[in-house]
Amino acid sequence: MKILVAVKRVLDYNVKARVNAEGTGIDLANVKMSMNPFDEIAVEEALRIKEAGKADEIIVVSMGVSQSQETIRTALAMGADRGILVESDDELQPLAVAKLLAAIAKREEPGLVIVGKQAIDDDSNQTGQMFAALMDWPQATFASSVDVDGDKMKVTREVDGGLETIEVSLPALITTDLRLNEPRYAKLPNIMKAKKKQLDVITPAELEVDTTSKLKVVKVEEPEQRKAGEIVGSVAELVDKLKNEAKVI
Amino acid sequence: MSYSAPTKQMQFLLDHVVGMADVAALPGYEDATPDIVAAILEEAGKFASEVLAPLNWEGDQQGAKWSEEGVTTPDGWKEAYTQFAEAGWNGLAFSPEHGGQGMPGLLSAAVQEMWHSSNMAFGLCPLLTQGAVHAIASHATDELKQAYLEKMVSGLWTGTMNLTEPQAGSDLAAVRATATPEGDHYLVKGQKIFITYGDHDMTENTIHLVLARTPDAPEGVKGISLFVVPKFLLNADGTPGARNDARCVSIEHKLGIHASPTCVMSFGDNEGAVGYLVGEENRGLMYMFTMMNEARLAVGIEGYAVAEMAYQRALAFARDRKQGPVLLGQDTDVTGIVNHPDVRRMLMTMRSQIEVARVMAYDCAAAFDFAGHHADAEVREKFKRRGELLTPIVKGWSTEVGVELCSLGVQIHGGMGFIEETGAAQHLRDSRITPIYEGTTGIQANDLLGRKTMYDGGQGVDELLADMRITQDALAASGNPDAAAANLALTISIDQISNVSQLLLKEENPAVAAAAASDYLMLMGYATGSWAMSRVVLATEQLEDKAFASLQLALAKFYFDKIAPHAGAHFLAIENGQADYYQIDQAIL
Repeated sequence: MKILVAVKRVLDYNVKARVNAEGTGIDLANVKMSMNPFDEIAVEEALRIKEAGKADEIIVVSMGVSQSQETIRTALAMGADRGILVESDDELQPLAVAKLLAAIAKREEPGLVIVGKQAIDDDSNQTGQMFAALMDWPQATFASSVDVDGDKMKVTREVDGGLETIEVSLPALITTDLRLNEPRYAKLPNIMKAKKKQLDVITPAELEVDTTSKLKVVKVEEPEQRKAGEIVGSVAELVDKLKNEAKVI
Repeated sequence: MSYSAPTKQMQFLLDHVVGMADVAALPGYEDATPDIVAAILEEAGKFASEVLAPLNWEGDQQGAKWSEEGVTTPDGWKEAYTQFAEAGWNGLAFSPEHGGQGMPGLLSAAVQEMWHSSNMAFGLCPLLTQGAVHAIASHATDELKQAYLEKMVSGLWTGTMNLTEPQAGSDLAAVRATATPEGDHYLVKGQKIFITYGDHDMTENTIHLVLARTPDAPEGVKGISLFVVPKFLLNADGTPGARNDARCVSIEHKLGIHASPTCVMSFGDNEGAVGYLVGEENRGLMYMFTMMNEARLAVGIEGYAVAEMAYQRALAFARDRKQGPVLLGQDTDVTGIVNHPDVRRMLMTMRSQIEVARVMAYDCAAAFDFAGHHADAEVREKFKRRGELLTPIVKGWSTEVGVELCSLGVQIHGGMGFIEETGAAQHLRDSRITPIYEGTTGIQANDLLGRKTMYDGGQGVDELLADMRITQDALAASGNPDAAAANLALTISIDQISNVSQLLLKEENPAVAAAAASDYLMLMGYATGSWAMSRVVLATEQLEDKAFASLQLALAKFYFDKIAPHAGAHFLAIENGQADYYQIDQAIL
């Protein structure tokens, strides 16, 4: 079985995001970029399934600018087998990414596709679900435990108020949650080997996918600064303020 | 406070100032391509900040513990070491012949900084293994190499260096440990002190390299031999077997690096410790010297690595801590102390000198890469001289300055800096050993003046000056105003080095020259720093990232204006003439 893992190059989680001067997005000029942390978990899970002898090949896919090759190389250094970059300088929204991923899935015919539940830059949480719908595959989102057994798979999902375990038939899609696993550190010999692994660069046009954005970003703003607190003199004053100023009771 | 590896800064210096591409073009370093270098820096940085840094404070507070059964490292140490070795980091710069990755020393210098910034007490263990590996790889028999190297390169076993004895510190002529031949091996007896990671619980075996005298050995340094003494003797299949008669009898209570066990080692208390001769008898000290340069470079790196961590901590505090409004302007709101001029001064003092120290260490590492790998023997010779000239400067200057900078790191925190829980004090305590071990600053100064300047009649210094003048020409040709300012500073530095070297070369009384050695060392540090920053100024012309370029220019200007003048004080001190210290009876001091 092949496993397809999608990874996204995003602002490093340690970097404090700043809105750009035009108010149209996050300022990405000269800031550190890394693999989306949820996608690292996706790569790790694929590696564990392969190490358990339940998969033969892990293909890492990314979509976006040329530098996304570095992100794919990171996954290859962790142990994935080969990579595909769909190169595009345009903004790629979740539906476009889902379509591109579907086009690749049709070519590669994986038994399992694993993606992060969301990317930490836009927090869309849509790509995996859209992909499954496009492919008409079962989807197991927010996975905190995965157990592949032949052509079936048990997945524990983190849902509101608890855990839900479902069984899906393969091929299927998984989106990873934070507690699924702890991604490994790349080993030095694997970092060196990663360079020699196959990494194909293709375009959306080759996949015959129209990536035109369907959504328009109107404005991006920083969250409002937290205001200083106030010490009240009595319970009566507190109740008064809650009632008349904050208007919450 | 977490550590964040300054990969962007490192990458800039490697690519544009020191010339990683030239090193990668050397035979044997073909794998050091830009993408591999970037990936290695990235992943090493991740490992340092996520695995090593979180153990630093706890390691300091817990410290290593001694008992009859052996030394126990702090919680988490063993797991981190296992991860470190399994990830292959130990083998980064070792020869592929023994299972290493064969990467250039230049890249290794950058990576080593990360281990020492994030956790110096941890980083010391692989540092010592490195020395032991090179001693065996360069001088031991094939049999010993086969038995030990691969497992030490992978980090499965660690190595130690056993030189010092209570009466033999800087003066190794006084070594008394003995080695008596018995069949195919020797029996080693004697006590060694200050043995870093002499015993620990992180690996299944520890391989000691021990200096000792054979029965008929001549007196002094010409009668010292080098031996491999494993903690566990090897079975026929190469696995660790019977316990050797080599034990840690106590560990020291130190100012810093608490998590790194500093052991008193006792060899041969009972039947005698089985040891195997490295190379030939009586050549042990020479063998030690072949790896001394590398170990000294590594300690020089420690010097600024700890200062880098102190800087990151101080900067974060200075941004966060709000006191008083800014000095000028109408704004009466309290501001982060980072906006107060004197705090800026301290931060810039730290950052600019860390940058200079980094360039010097990279230059030194690159010189040894050239010396080891260049196709042309003459070029190899020249770079060997360069590496050997820079080594005492990197070791001496960068550690002396490193301690000063860690002290500034405390200062920026104000009263909080004096409180242990803040963490700034640990860096100062840890850094304090760096000007001492692997040869004190005094030893480095004598080495620089005696062996590296006077011994070759100033050839190494002249070659350095010639390269500095090439930079001078490039600054003159550049036409940008920052280059012109750099040229002024560089010209002064060139004159200082040239004049002082000539002055000292003429000195016939070695005792008088020795009295100037320390000033000479510090002058060479500050003045070659101007050269480093001049090249930084030139390199900014290649940068597209304008904000980063302006930071580099600001650091360079600060260095030229505020730091380089220190060289002038040392220049004057030397020019004023050397007191003959023997004229004063020490009894009246």
